[in-house]
Amino acid sequence: MLVTVRLFARLREIAGAPEVQVEVPLGATVGDAWAALSARHSALAAYATSISCAVNEDYARMTERLQEGDEVAFLPPVSGG
Amino acid sequence: MPQRLRVSPARFRVSDDPIDQAEVASSIAAPGSGAVVTFVGLVRDYNAGRQVLFLEYEAFAPLAVKSFDRIASEATEKWPSAALAIHHRTGRVRIGEASIAIAAVSPHRADAFAASRYAIERIKQISPIWKHEHFEGGEVWIEGATADLEDEAARRVALERACW
Repeated sequence: MLVTVRLFARLREIAGAPEVQVEVPLGATVGDAWAALSARHSALAAYATSISCAVNEDYARMTERLQEGDEVAFLPPVSGG
Repeated sequence: MPQRLRVSPARFRVSDDPIDQAEVASSIAAPGSGAVVTFVGLVRDYNAGRQVLFLEYEAFAPLAVKSFDRIASEATEKWPSAALAIHHRTGRVRIGEASIAIAAVSPHRADAFAASRYAIERIKQISPIWKHEHFEGGEVWIEGATADLEDEAARRVALERACW
């Protein structure tokens, strides 16, 4: 199934796009989508332990299961204020 | 006579527009407000040994607005009489300009000061907003905290700082 992945800040730069489509198996988790994306862009691996994520504009866990068409967002460490 | 519609400004906002401090406070003004504390964060010209030219802020706006709402609810749990409004700017922000304004209102000053401090600490911990620093000779993404709502230790740090 296809999910949309949104990327921000340095992650967006590494992937070269703010939004990408990722194919994941049925029943895949957010973590699986991250793994699929990291396989495409090896520089993302440095963020494996420091990212957090959102699904459909709500904070989520990496273990959350995805549905076809979900929008996943990966958030590098934040620095607002 | 044409009727004038008064639209109250949003309490929580992420926008490229310059921040209007008075508007942030007016979004939560109430007759019982004896105190309003407004915190304004400005872009400064020097950071970590670098001469800063300007900052570019990026946000995941819908989630950032939700994070502000959540932070305000957390603050109200701790200081029930306090209310918060938070506006954060995105895009290019020049030296001396405001990147964020937080207004905290309460019947009494102590809760307003505390809620305001709590809010800025929590924003730095969980709000999906990023600083891209442009300095003399380069640029760098500032990476602070991993945004983790379940990190109770981080929340305790924010509470401790607020209660000093």
